[in-house]
Amino acid sequence: MTAASLSAWRGPRRSTLRLIARYAAAIVVTIVFLFPVYWLFMIAFKTPDEIFHAPPVWYPASIQFDNFAVLFKDRDAVTVGNSLFIAGCSTLVSMFLGTLCAYSLARFKTGGENLAVWIISQRMVPPIAIVFPLFLLYVWLGWVDTYYGMILLYTAFNLPYVIWMMRGYIEDVPIDLEQSALVDGCTRWQVLMRVVFPMVRTGLFATAVFTFVFAWNDFIFALVMTRSAVTTYPVQVTHYFGAQSNFWAKIAAMSMLGTLPVLIAVAALQRYLVRGISLGAVKG
Amino acid sequence: MTVVASATAPRPGLRLRLSEFSDRRFKYLVIAPAILIILLIGLFPLIYTLLVSVQNISMTEEDTSFHGLVQYAALFRDARLWFSLLHTLIIAAIALPAELVLGMLMALLFLDRLPGRQIFVALLVLPIMIAPVVAGATWRLLFDNRYGPINQILGWFAGEPVTILWTINPHFVYPAILLAEIWQWTPFMFLLQLAALMNIDQSLTESAEIDGASYWMVFRRIMLPAIWPVLMIAVLIRGLDLFRLFDVVYALTQGGPGTMTETISIYTYDQGFRQFDTSYTAAIAFLVIVLLSIIVIAALRRMEIDR
Repeated sequence: MTAASLSAWRGPRRSTLRLIARYAAAIVVTIVFLFPVYWLFMIAFKTPDEIFHAPPVWYPASIQFDNFAVLFKDRDAVTVGNSLFIAGCSTLVSMFLGTLCAYSLARFKTGGENLAVWIISQRMVPPIAIVFPLFLLYVWLGWVDTYYGMILLYTAFNLPYVIWMMRGYIEDVPIDLEQSALVDGCTRWQVLMRVVFPMVRTGLFATAVFTFVFAWNDFIFALVMTRSAVTTYPVQVTHYFGAQSNFWAKIAAMSMLGTLPVLIAVAALQRYLVRGISLGAVKG
Repeated sequence: MTVVASATAPRPGLRLRLSEFSDRRFKYLVIAPAILIILLIGLFPLIYTLLVSVQNISMTEEDTSFHGLVQYAALFRDARLWFSLLHTLIIAAIALPAELVLGMLMALLFLDRLPGRQIFVALLVLPIMIAPVVAGATWRLLFDNRYGPINQILGWFAGEPVTILWTINPHFVYPAILLAEIWQWTPFMFLLQLAALMNIDQSLTESAEIDGASYWMVFRRIMLPAIWPVLMIAVLIRGLDLFRLFDVVYALTQGGPGTMTETISIYTYDQGFRQFDTSYTAAIAFLVIVLLSIIVIAALRRMEIDR
């Protein structure tokens, strides 16, 4: 047997072994990364006896929804509604204003590259540095713990992201279509509504979901700017922390209520995930 | 010359000149609302911070007269402030390379054809989308000394019950924060690097392998240079996130025990919203913005040079 045919014979078996090894590694890695999520979700379905059992119970004996029922009975679940309303409204406003601004930046090069870089740099400022003076402003204006105060806050916080991302998506659209629409007598507004928006609708959708998630997941702004009327769900989760012991079932159930919608949204977004989280730097 | 120009450009009619005129208004009209809001929430705090930081407002004082740089002088004597910066840097210095390397190893694992890869990737990126404070809360439950699974699992390996107080014991608070942080953000590094690696032209790596290059050589000479720009951007994004680390620490240790895990964000929060030391907090906030600007400018410079 020649050396060539020997390696040809050994080849497939070695690659099969390699594939199996890679599968094993992939499964182990996935289990490690998913275990915390699994644990959190399982606690939400456990009875108090199962939660406070040493050694820990790895899965609940039966699925029961008492932990969630308590949240609705105590009206704590309202905080998820607050999150939904605030994140939803701020997403709509920032998407509308941000996309218009992005169109101007992309097509007319308004302000040149400098303006665009300044806008995205606004997102890099640490929240703690701006939340403190803003808090003083909000106290003075009486905007603390109000829906519109929170919506404006998240709109401003997300605008740089929306503008930056949508500028990239709009630049990807060939300019010819717009020009022929203009020649045909469309106004700029008509071009925007009938040509640009339909062309970038997937980008619009992906950016909107990320914008929503950023507002939905924010903790520090909500911690400072809400009291009781418009508390969002991440703040509510921390209300269940105790110095000596935690309200485990409530932490888990509330976290799950708040996390599940986001996970579903992201599952639908797989294709845009890379571009969305890398600020457009990687087109995936 | 003129012939070519008139052939390619649209016919110069009255309508087009009109639209050029209205475009000039249009382009400023549509950016105005967004820029105004960004200025209100972005620039106002900066100016206001500067203003308050040269006054002397605290829980007990309401002195709005000019005090010069008294607050800034106090910054230099504030050991707790510099330690909080140090804590932030320590966490970043460990978490960032760890996330980068782990993410890279995972990306290499999933780079070659692996049936079902999409499902693995979809599951692996879930931690990124969980609210950081909820991630912290999750690890708070995982780390519980009696009812949490981590001590239990460690107990299997140790062969005896393990009862580490992860969020209280000074020896374990940093590992606890780092574990939670690395768990949540390694998938970010993984996803970006996987995307970058998959964009590399396969024929490049294949021909190198045929020429007898080892895997390490292919990685070092072809893959790494190709994904370098993405690596830099990923490091910049994560570095800035780590600089403002707040949520996970708040959920796990609140900066404790004592002030041992206090990050700059936690310390600023404490000064502003627990001690109500308004002017001093403003000075800290301004320092944070200055430090951050230096980091960002240095990083962007560096990336320009590399390019």
